[in-house]
Amino acid sequence: MGRALKSKLEVAGIYLTVLVMFAVILYPLLWAVSISLNPGTSMFSAKMIPDNLSLEHYRWLFEDPRSNYVLWYRNTLIVACFNALASVILVGLVAYVFSRYSFAGRKSSIYAVLLMQMFPVLMGMVAIYLLLNLVGLLDTFAGLVIFYVVGGLPMNVFLVKGYMDTIPKDLDESAKMDGAGHLASYFRILFPLTCPILSVVALFTFMAPFMDFLTPRIILRTPEKFTIALGLFSFINDKVGNNFTMFAAGTILVALPIATVFLFLQRYLISGLADGATKG
Amino acid sequence: MQIERATNGTGRSGYAGARPGTAALLSIVPGLGQFYNRRYIKGTLFLLLAACLGIALAVPLANGIYGLVTLGSNPEVDDSRTLLVEGILSAIVTLILLGAYVLNLRDAWRDARRRSQGHRIPSVRQAFHDSWEHGFPYFVVVPTFLLLTMIVVFPLLFMICLAFTNYNLYNSPPAHLLDWVGFQNFVALFTEGVWTRSLLAVLTWTVVWTLVATSLQIALAFFLAVMANDARVRFKRLIRTVFILPWAVPSFMTVLVFTAMFNDTFGTINRDIVSLFGMTIPWLTDPTWARIAIIFVQIWLGFPYVFTLVTGVLQSISKDWYEAAEVDGGTRWDKLRHITLPHVMYATAPLLIMQFSYNFNNFNIIYLFNKGGPPVPGQSSGATDILISWVYNLTFDQNNYMMAAAISIIMGLVVALFAFFQFRRTRSFREEGMY
Repeated sequence: MGRALKSKLEVAGIYLTVLVMFAVILYPLLWAVSISLNPGTSMFSAKMIPDNLSLEHYRWLFEDPRSNYVLWYRNTLIVACFNALASVILVGLVAYVFSRYSFAGRKSSIYAVLLMQMFPVLMGMVAIYLLLNLVGLLDTFAGLVIFYVVGGLPMNVFLVKGYMDTIPKDLDESAKMDGAGHLASYFRILFPLTCPILSVVALFTFMAPFMDFLTPRIILRTPEKFTIALGLFSFINDKVGNNFTMFAAGTILVALPIATVFLFLQRYLISGLADGATKG
Repeated sequence: MQIERATNGTGRSGYAGARPGTAALLSIVPGLGQFYNRRYIKGTLFLLLAACLGIALAVPLANGIYGLVTLGSNPEVDDSRTLLVEGILSAIVTLILLGAYVLNLRDAWRDARRRSQGHRIPSVRQAFHDSWEHGFPYFVVVPTFLLLTMIVVFPLLFMICLAFTNYNLYNSPPAHLLDWVGFQNFVALFTEGVWTRSLLAVLTWTVVWTLVATSLQIALAFFLAVMANDARVRFKRLIRTVFILPWAVPSFMTVLVFTAMFNDTFGTINRDIVSLFGMTIPWLTDPTWARIAIIFVQIWLGFPYVFTLVTGVLQSISKDWYEAAEVDGGTRWDKLRHITLPHVMYATAPLLIMQFSYNFNNFNIIYLFNKGGPPVPGQSSGATDILISWVYNLTFDQNNYMMAAAISIIMGLVVALFAFFQFRRTRSFREEGMY
């Protein structure tokens, strides 16, 4: 009896811990949802369970002429698409070269990329601003996309190279024997095989503009060009508490699709990430 | 290669008298060495390219480097920042051109040697084909590195330069000119009271923050993963899905929500939870409470990632291990310590180390939560400022560019030191020898 009771108590303890964690995890999320449904703009008068639910903030985001929300969403989608596309192409090719070719300077290039991956891009923000200003790319999406693609390149290259190293070389080498060129053997043989990790890269680079407020804050100047994160941040940056209900509503509309995609792809993501890191 | 070796044997089309030294010497004027090697089209191309680059770039490059040295002499007209940017770019371009020049010398030398060994001169078409065939890696790597130089290396160089100037709010272009001041900023950082106090406080907190927040999030994740993986527990899918939620929701947004929740007077934590015990806690205005709150938020945000990793590993550990341990009479603790832990550590160690360096540079949470505050009297940094958020504040709020740059360099040294140890651990580096 002692043993069975002990086991039951343990399971109960586990469930209790899990429940506590559920509460801790869900509380902030549900709180944000309920704030967004509160009438009025101030969070100070907001209640966890509003007296009368209202969708006025959601409506405001889309219908009010003062709201740039739809514009911001569109801007972010543009930046995100170009970022994902350019990143996948560039990262795949660079990883292919590092993984499959031996050439003078290969080792030191890999060192250099490893080293660059270590330094936070943030450290050079002033210079980025001046540089983009000099070449006329300040306040343009092109500037932002270039910065995202190149800034994220070192890390992504390592992710993909690690994955590619685990694919047997015989496959693409035999393709080359059969007369396939450099690019053909990449796009026909390796590209399909690295699709799992490349989709991880695509997803991450696609999501980055939705979450990053810092880079756009330095590169983008006019409110019509803001990305969603920067726009939402500017909502509440001036006076914390005011506009918070609108911020919450706008945030939820961003978080929902991202979280859904994320949960949907989680297994895929984890295995891709773990493979790239442990085998690389 | 094989065809070339065959011609090598007959030596008919080669020219044994070609001297590599002469070719290289002639190539001091790019193209002449190639003419000597009878590669006329290549030589013409080199000559034209060199002439164009020389005419177009010589003056701007010289000006750029001159500007880098003086940082301008005429206030109102010269903008030292632009001069600095142009100067660094000129220096980079000059280095690249020098590299190309050396390659030109080497090319002439190599062609001559190959000729003297009896190789045939390839036709232009053949040459283009060969360069694609053998030089393919460079077609990808060189442009990539040019881009990386612009976006990653150039800003770092700029930052390093700023640390040796007197660029701050009171002395900023275009109204004033900048000057090189040597190590003055570093001296100030280590001797002036405000700076030494701030630096020490920030360094200490950065280390504490990195170690405590990361270790706790790993420990919690490990603990939860082992529990949720217990054979007796049901609803595993639901548990895992909820546990991943904090990772799935963009952290930019959750941190801002947490800021509102922790608000001293109006936040839900004080109003709805802490008030049950008849207290109000100054989450955002008291240094210690702010630090506790921010570590809590980071654990909330960070544990799901580790949790998922550990769960993945736990599922892959073969049951045989545990059965064997049971036969040997091992306790549950023994199994955890000698089977589970080593497996998990082996598989996830690199990623866990990356978590530490991630938190070291975790600007987003620090800045979004409380902008590094609350402020501490007698310091230029806030109580929760880590190095990177302090640098950001100095740069964009206080416009003290020179000190921000000096601190960045110190941070860069820490990062480089860390990178050095990371290099030695990374497996992809150790396996380099295999190629």
